[in-house]
Amino acid sequence: MKGLKLSKNVKDNLITYGIVILAYLIMEIMIKTGHISSLLQGLLVPLCVYVILAVSLNLTVGILGELSLGHAGFMCVGAFAGAFFSRYMQDVIEVSLLRFVIAILIGALSAGIVGFLIGMPVLRLRGDYLAIVTLAFGEIIKNIINVLYVGKDANGLHFSTKDSMSLGLMEDGDVIINGAQGITGTPKDATFTIGIILIIITLVIVLNLIHSRDGRAIMSIRDNLIAAESVGINITKYKLMAFSVSAALAGMAGVLYSHNLSSLMATPKNFGYNMSIMILVFVVLGGIGNIRGSIISAVILTLLPELLRGLSNYRMLIYSIVLIVMMLFNWSPKLINLRKKYSLKRLLKKTGEVQ
Amino acid sequence: MKKKVVSLLLAASMMTVMLAGCGNSGSSDAGSGSVGTQEESSDADAAETETETNTDEGSDAAPAADASGAVYKIGAIGPATGGAAVYGIAVQNGADLAIKEINEAGGINGHMIEYNFQDDECDNEKSVNAYNTLKDWGMQMLVGSTTSGCSIAVSAESANDNLFQLTPSGSSVDCITNDNVFQVCFTDPNQGVGAAQYIGSNGVAEKVAVIYDSSDVYSSGIYEKFAGEAANQPFEIVSSEAFTADNKTDFSVQLQKAKDAGAELIFLPIYYTEASLILTQANAMGYEPEFFGCDGLDGILNVENFDTALAEGVMLLTPFAADAEDEATKAFVSAYEAAYGDTPNQFAADAYDAVYIIKAAIEKSGAAPEDSVSDICDKLKAAMTEISVDGLTGEAMSWEAGGAVNKEPKAMEIVNGNYALIQ
Amino acid sequence: MSFISYLINGISLGSVYAIIALGYTMVYGIAKMLNFAHGDVIMVGGFTIFFAVSMQGLPPMIGILLAVVLCTLLGITIEYIAYRPLRQAASSLAVLITAIGVSYFLQNMALLIFGANTKAFTSVVTVPAIKLAEGQIIISGETIVTIISCIVIMIGLTLFINKTKAGQAMLAVSEDKGAAQLMGINVNGTISLTFAIGSALAAIAGMLLCSAYPSLTPYTGSMPGIKAFVAAVFGGIGSIPGALIGGIVLGVIEILGKAYISSQMADAIVFLVLIVVLLVKPTGILGKKIQEKV
Repeated sequence: MKGLKLSKNVKDNLITYGIVILAYLIMEIMIKTGHISSLLQGLLVPLCVYVILAVSLNLTVGILGELSLGHAGFMCVGAFAGAFFSRYMQDVIEVSLLRFVIAILIGALSAGIVGFLIGMPVLRLRGDYLAIVTLAFGEIIKNIINVLYVGKDANGLHFSTKDSMSLGLMEDGDVIINGAQGITGTPKDATFTIGIILIIITLVIVLNLIHSRDGRAIMSIRDNLIAAESVGINITKYKLMAFSVSAALAGMAGVLYSHNLSSLMATPKNFGYNMSIMILVFVVLGGIGNIRGSIISAVILTLLPELLRGLSNYRMLIYSIVLIVMMLFNWSPKLINLRKKYSLKRLLKKTGEVQ
Repeated sequence: MKKKVVSLLLAASMMTVMLAGCGNSGSSDAGSGSVGTQEESSDADAAETETETNTDEGSDAAPAADASGAVYKIGAIGPATGGAAVYGIAVQNGADLAIKEINEAGGINGHMIEYNFQDDECDNEKSVNAYNTLKDWGMQMLVGSTTSGCSIAVSAESANDNLFQLTPSGSSVDCITNDNVFQVCFTDPNQGVGAAQYIGSNGVAEKVAVIYDSSDVYSSGIYEKFAGEAANQPFEIVSSEAFTADNKTDFSVQLQKAKDAGAELIFLPIYYTEASLILTQANAMGYEPEFFGCDGLDGILNVENFDTALAEGVMLLTPFAADAEDEATKAFVSAYEAAYGDTPNQFAADAYDAVYIIKAAIEKSGAAPEDSVSDICDKLKAAMTEISVDGLTGEAMSWEAGGAVNKEPKAMEIVNGNYALIQ
Repeated sequence: MSFISYLINGISLGSVYAIIALGYTMVYGIAKMLNFAHGDVIMVGGFTIFFAVSMQGLPPMIGILLAVVLCTLLGITIEYIAYRPLRQAASSLAVLITAIGVSYFLQNMALLIFGANTKAFTSVVTVPAIKLAEGQIIISGETIVTIISCIVIMIGLTLFINKTKAGQAMLAVSEDKGAAQLMGINVNGTISLTFAIGSALAAIAGMLLCSAYPSLTPYTGSMPGIKAFVAAVFGGIGSIPGALIGGIVLGVIEILGKAYISSQMADAIVFLVLIVVLLVKPTGILGKKIQEKV
């Protein structure tokens, strides 16, 4: 009977996995029985993308305790690396699942490497300075992608940073990355099931990391850097570990994102600092360091603007108000006290006492 | 513990939101779905404002199905918020105006049109969401998306559903790779090559500079074709400088380089917002080359409070000009101004034409509102290659099966603050 | 010759960044929060002047005054509603997120009121341009006014903070809110005052930004806002002279990068220089070194 005595952590994690799997089952049943709107069905993969992004950023912001405003940059690297691979190998690897799995690995790996390279010099900065540097890197990545031209023909790959004509492609050449016009015709390999599998992989990686020896070392850096250093924790190593794992997971989300749309472009809207900030909003609203909260807030904030479509032009205005109110509700000390005072549990207890 | 309670609360509200959203999917009205869920979002303030705004919106909503029964359902997509909102709102209003006119005149083959516009914030992913929302609403034909990137993303979905798509202003050739998609505007290559040929064959200039937006699909697409064609023309590109979406207030460097290279003409394959800044800054530095633009430049005279003297002598290849003297344009402009309080730009005209093109195709093919989406699409696809439409943005527009439009670009010059046709 | 003219262009662009960065850095220095909505308050200032001067035909001075008053009130209101309740929150990130919410709110409000169409802003600056070297080098009137305003504001703010009671209170609050309160300083009032001043500066920055680059949309403020934030970090965020230097340096790098390296990569160049500067001087050019304690 010892097995039933689960520790608090394990129980907590199981609830998180349970929510994801339950959501998956409900959605699958709804799809199978046809009780699902096209809108929601179309949103399933993006929801997975944002959940992964939120969970992975939480690793940097919540667990490592560093503010990163460049998360979309890593997503961008993963998206382009993965989509490039799929477009390049479209005719070579016919099995879409195999191709997609390799694309995911490539995307995650390249984003992880970029994260590692960026993390090495910048992670010694702190606070808002680190934030601005990560923002800067995100913008640099986006800017470089926008001037990158890659094509293939019988002679192999051609690169240019000027325009697609200077690639010097032969007649049968195919421009794969066309500067600002990005990659078009990425095979639509992303499915909800793969998305959920990726979420679970992300959760396994992040949750296991948090509850491991390494994770505790990372959290000790967050809580007190100098104290952590003085007990012999290798600050650089653990910071880099958390940062590059987080970047790799964002890259994975990027691959999922790029294989859900037929045209991929690096615009300020999807890979700029606005998106990085949006992911940060998911993390903060859900509770910094709270993985389950990130999942839930990513889902709510992605659905919210779609559900507000009935308001037409007032949609984004209402969205911003809801965002502010939710933040105040979740974070204001006064409101938290108020909530505690009148919480359901307490009221129930009181009535119990009276009886 | 506290956080757990909060997250559970959020989880519960999420589930209700999702379920409520889905529960409504069977019914035809997408709008009511969101009203129902809004109340769940634990926010009294928002709900209150929202009911107010919703009643406001009532008047704007599509007309109810009329007594004669079936209606055509036309959807439209474009950015109504965000930096590109000016184009999306123009498409929204242009299509709305055309549909109101058609409905007042008795509809298409006696059937009314219902209209629904969805915002995509100029984001590919949001555009697909908007498309799916319209699908839930029961859309049969799509006027959209407004921008190229979004059109490409949506066209993959619409091809999958075999739903007829007519993009008013998505000008990339990638928009029309699927056979169910047609364009109202010129394609980018068409514009870039056309502009280069015009400058070359009319001997407008020998040294040409280009300033383009390297982060924009439309602008970089035209620039590329322009540069390609320029090699065959008797002029030389002496400087080609770019700017990006994040860096579009200061053009002094680009202008200085053009000036230093001795350019007599600056080609601007960009939108008018940036062009108005370029004109102002060129004037401030005392540089007076000729300016030549594409359809994106249309609208520059209508920038509120803009000193039109700066735009004097600017040439542009555009299918539409709000100052044109013909009856159709005049009627359109005055009706648009009366309805929306703004001067229409080329996007509004494209969308207005798009609706009339759909009308012509329906009349030609006899597609009925009761037909399935796929049947309507097949019928319209066939009809598109047969019809010829006189619209605001071109006379005798006709289409190839590939989806590109055949029409003549008009070369305009701004003279005394008005467009004048140059031959 | 063209180098000098690039340099001057860089300084004029930089002076616009600087004047926005002054407001940013002021709020950051005292309230210790990144006010992402600052750029949008600038936009509100621009629209107020546009509405008053171009649409209603009021004299420019009244338009500017109106913008300053309106932005000040707006700043105080925003602080009261969206930021104050979160001042004691468990994480300082919470208030950053509401700032983003406020930014969305202001943009969409302006979109609904004024529409998405670009408005051409009539410059309210009447100072004539200076032409040197037979008209090859032009220093615009807007640049002259912006630089003078930057310097005046910088000196004014420094004097205000160091010489007045309210300014000293601000310093105390920025050092330690709790201790300041114990010393009898009205912390809420002081932070409100900070936002009032920051927003009034935003109105002036809005006027100068729109005069120098006369196009006005609901999104006018957001990109310069971010650039000014970068400039403030460049100079050492919280430092008032640093904001001025950071702004000018940023503008010059941006223009020279565009001119001599690549106009497509201008953003990447600016950000790359920023990263290098921060790696060498981790708290910016004039930033204070903070000693961390256990």
